[in-house]
This record gives sequence, structure tokens and C-alpha cells, in this order.
Amino acid sequence: MTDPRTLSPLELENPDKTYLDANELIINMGPQHPATHGVLRVILRLDGEKVLGLECVIGYLHRGVEKIAENRTYTMFNPYVDRMDYVAAVSNGLGYCEAVEKLLSVEAPPRAQYIRVILTELNRIASHQLWLGTHALDIGAITPLFYTFRDREEILKIFEKYCGARLTTHAFRIGGLQYEAYEGFEKDVKNFVSFVKPKIDEYEELLTTNRIWLERTKGVGVISGKDCIALGVTGPVLRASGVKWDIRKALPYANYKNFDFEVPIGTNGDTYDRYIVRMIEMRQSLRIIEQAVGGIPEGPIMAKVPKVMKPPVGEVYHSIEAPKGELGYFIVSDGSTQPYRVRVRPPSFVNLQALDLMCRNQLVADVIAVIGTLDIVLGEVDR
Amino acid sequence: MPDETKSPSTPLPEGEPKPTAGQPATPGAVKATPSGSVQSEIKAPSEKPSPTQVPKAAAPAAAKPATPAAGHPAPPKPAGPVPTPWESPMISKLKRTYGSGIEALAHLGQNYMTVDRSLLPEILQVLRDEEQFDYCVDLTAVHYPKREKQFDVVWVLYSFPRNERIRVKTLIADGDTLPSSVPLWTTTNWLEREVYDMFGIKFEGHPDLKRILLPDGWKGFPLRKDYGILQQDNEWVQINLGIESGQ
Repeated sequence: MTDPRTLSPLELENPDKTYLDANELIINMGPQHPATHGVLRVILRLDGEKVLGLECVIGYLHRGVEKIAENRTYTMFNPYVDRMDYVAAVSNGLGYCEAVEKLLSVEAPPRAQYIRVILTELNRIASHQLWLGTHALDIGAITPLFYTFRDREEILKIFEKYCGARLTTHAFRIGGLQYEAYEGFEKDVKNFVSFVKPKIDEYEELLTTNRIWLERTKGVGVISGKDCIALGVTGPVLRASGVKWDIRKALPYANYKNFDFEVPIGTNGDTYDRYIVRMIEMRQSLRIIEQAVGGIPEGPIMAKVPKVMKPPVGEVYHSIEAPKGELGYFIVSDGSTQPYRVRVRPPSFVNLQALDLMCRNQLVADVIAVIGTLDIVLGEVDR
Repeated sequence: MPDETKSPSTPLPEGEPKPTAGQPATPGAVKATPSGSVQSEIKAPSEKPSPTQVPKAAAPAAAKPATPAAGHPAPPKPAGPVPTPWESPMISKLKRTYGSGIEALAHLGQNYMTVDRSLLPEILQVLRDEEQFDYCVDLTAVHYPKREKQFDVVWVLYSFPRNERIRVKTLIADGDTLPSSVPLWTTTNWLEREVYDMFGIKFEGHPDLKRILLPDGWKGFPLRKDYGILQQDNEWVQINLGIESGQ
């Protein structure tokens, strides 16, 4: 039985003919492939080793998160969002909680805002570390993986001590936080900052001027800023193409406007620039954490929200700068306890659309590098 | 998922356990909550312990309740802010050109316009070319089965030069098609496919309109309200997965 999806997208009339001609070749990659970071299937159209075009087949991890949301109360849906981008669960939670808070017209108290920012930025570092380790592994450098996982562990330990979970943290609640920062939280975070700073230099020592790394990343998967905007690509990929845009600066949320940090940009829009941008972002996140941890105000951690949440009728779109790009929630309330509709605007899904453009006229081996540099999480692509 | 196997009957009762558990001991409220539509009468007394759900910024606007007042002598229900007209040079310009086909409102600090289906292609074009909304953030739909025009289709647009985000909304009936926005914003390619996949709304002129998250042969559109949460295309599951049911 032929799956129509295999052939129709690339308009291949007679696969056998093409195969025998040996000019163009259709190759299937995935869904079970270690370098696709999950169950991503890519159908490649090749001329020798050159990629002429490709099509992504997604949906293998589709769980119907948006449908589930309509059948849960606002509070009950909160843990589900962690399961989308499971390497940056805290960011997902922040976006969702803030969107519902907007609907309810409440604001988390300052103390909660500070703790939220600290945890979210820690999660950004953890997400970038995981990206760096796996991306380098895909390209052939095994060592960084062990380094980044070793250091990411320290972040997960802080999460575990804070809320009991390491990955799907469910750290935030609508209206603030459930848990007060544990005793020694500030000290742990400060220790982590001084611990990880030299480690980031260490990663850079391994890669930034490494000749193999340069050969594998420079000029690979180039995308212009204009194309990024047309394709809706956001996050580090957009910034590496020279567009200085970060939602934390452009449309500030939480209390990011209180902190001093810079938005790094690249010039060439290639895989190497995206690597550099993410490395600088980690350092900037540390800078935010340093500022926040010194100034956590005293006070309540939870705003006054009703136990049974019934946001007034209305709709809201709220987005945050997740580690991977713009993560948006469009929530429609009909005044009942359950959201009428929750739409998640996942950065990975939209960014993945650029894969075709970025891989054209590259080599097959570079497809792996480009998938890695896009930093997708299939849990979020498929929802 | 374990809690789904516990209540396999209808999708609605799933929302029940939580409100019941979270409710303070007000017997009347427990019964009435699940129905959802009568909440305004019941909500007020049950909320007495915490009546201050402060709508901070929009305190004056909060005087008007969003839902019609209940015939209950209870403390004033904390109603949300109501939509106010959205006024800007762009809107007045659009209104001058297109007249009453545009309704522009601001709600919770966010601006959106509801546009007549017939004006939509032109307005999207104008927004991109003249008003510099160069980034289509998101495209999605909402299903209201009881309305004559069943679907809200929503474009979230952002302008890099203006640093402004707006939403454009249009209402269409089941079976109506929309013009594809792929020529305007390439990113809508996958977004339109997803809307088609989940709601069955067709976009004319889309280069390759087919399902994206669900398999090609799947029947039904899951995010429509009449599609149950436990519902599946059993035929597809049986043929392609070789199992009786996906549940």
C-alpha cells in the first residue's frame, strides 16, 4: 500500500523511472532518525548529494492539546502546556499563565514576577544547553554533549528543589506561584551563575574556533532576515539573520523591562551565527538572573484569583519570547470555567517551515545541521 | 490518559470534578456550575470569600458588567472590562475607504477588527503593503456551531516598523472558502493547512492544501465543537493501525 503522502508532495509521477535515471532521487528520512530530534519525517529530493527540495511530514506526536484544553478548566490545563516544549516547560507555563491572567485582568505580584523571570531564564539556558549538546553531536562533536548535560543538571536540580519536578515543572500558577522560593534558593541560583559562566567559555573553547565546526556551520543553512519575516521565523534564528527583535524588548511582558540586557544579532544568517547568537543569549540570561536574584522583593506570591476561574467573555492573544521564538496563546473565554478555545502558536512549528528554504542547494549532511540549528522540539510542532 | 478512561461517556462531564472540588461548601453552586450558561446567577454568592478580582488598569470600565446583571441581590460581580472602540489614524483611513464593513475594537489592551468577508482580501493586502504589517504571527479559527456564520477566522498580524500587533477577524459560514494569504505571507502556508486540518475551512489558491497534523485519509475535523473529545476516525485506525480502537 502506498501512502499518498510519500509521493504527491514532490510531484513525482513515476518513482521507478527517476530511480533508474539516477539524476533525481527521493529519499525518506525519519520518522525514526536520531538526528531529527524526535519523530520528524523529511522527504528529500536529491540530485546526487545536493538537496533540490524537501517536504516535512509532521503530526506523529499530535495529541490534540488544543482540543484537550476545551475540555479542561483553566487550572487543569496548566500542566498540559509543559508537555509541548518539554525542554522549556517553564516558558510554556509562563506564556499560558500570563495569557489567562490577562483575561482575568489580574497581575502576578512583584515577588512572583521576579521568581518567574529567574526560573524562565534558567530554563532558557537549559534549553540552549540541550540544543548545543545535541546539535554538536549531530554534526560530529560528541564532547560538548557531556559538558552541557553535566551543567544542565544543576539547573534541573534547582527546579527539582523548587517544585519537585525536573522537566515538566508546572512551576507557575495562574495569578502567581504556588510555592514560595525554598530556603537557599537565592544562594543556589547565585552559585549556579558563578558555576556556569566559565563553563560557557569552555563550550566556546571547544567549538567557536574549531576548524571542523567552522567548516560544518559557516555558510550552511543561510536565511535572510526578509525571508525569516515572510516565513514567520522568530527567536534566535531571526536574530542571527540580523533582525534585532526580541519580544522581551519589543512588547515587554512579565517584568523584563526592569532588567538590563542586550539582544545579540548575527550578520550572515548561517548556522554559525545562530550558534553565536545562542551562546550570547545564555550569557545575557545569566545577566538577567544576576539582576533579578539580587532584587527579589518581599510580599505575596499569589494575586487574588477566584478558586473557580471564570474569566469574563473575551479573547486575548499573548506571546512571550520562548527559547525557540515567539510562543503565543490565543484564548477565547465564553465566561465559563473552561476555555472556549485555546490556540497555541508554537515557535517550532512555524520555524520548521523554513527548513525547505534553508536546505535547498545544500548537501544531505547539512540537512542534519539545519534541523539542529532550527532547534525544534517535536512535542511542540505536533502538539 | 487515565482520567479519560474513567469517564468515557460524553466530553462535557470531564470539566466537572475540578469545579466541584474547588468550590467552597455552597451546595447550590455545585449543581449549577457544569451547565456554564447560568453562571452569573450562581457565581456571586459562591465567590463571597474573595470578591476582589481586581480589574486593575481598567477600573472605571469595569462598572459595566460584561454579562447582563443577574436578578440576585449579591455583591456586584467583578465583571471584566468591555471592548471599547479602537481609534487610530489607520482605522479612520480604512473606515473612510471601506465604510461599515469594518468594526474596530480594543479589548484588554489589544486591538482587533472584524472585517466583512467580501472586504477581507483587499484589507489584508492594504494592511501588509500600506500599513506595514509584514509579519503574520498566527492564523486560527474558532467554531461557534450555534451561529449562522459558524466560524471566526483570526489573523494575528505584527508590524516590525510600527511595533504593533493587531488581530483581523472575519466570520464565515460552514462550507465557505477564504482566499489564501500565502501570496501575502509565506508563513500562512502551514497555518492554513492546520486550519483546514482542524476545522475543514478551505483556502482558495493555497499551493498545497492538505492535512498537516492528522493523516491524509482521516475523516472529520477535530476542533469543531461537534467533534467529541473521545471521537476518532475508527475506520482509519482499524485499516491503518490494525487495532480495534485508538482509545
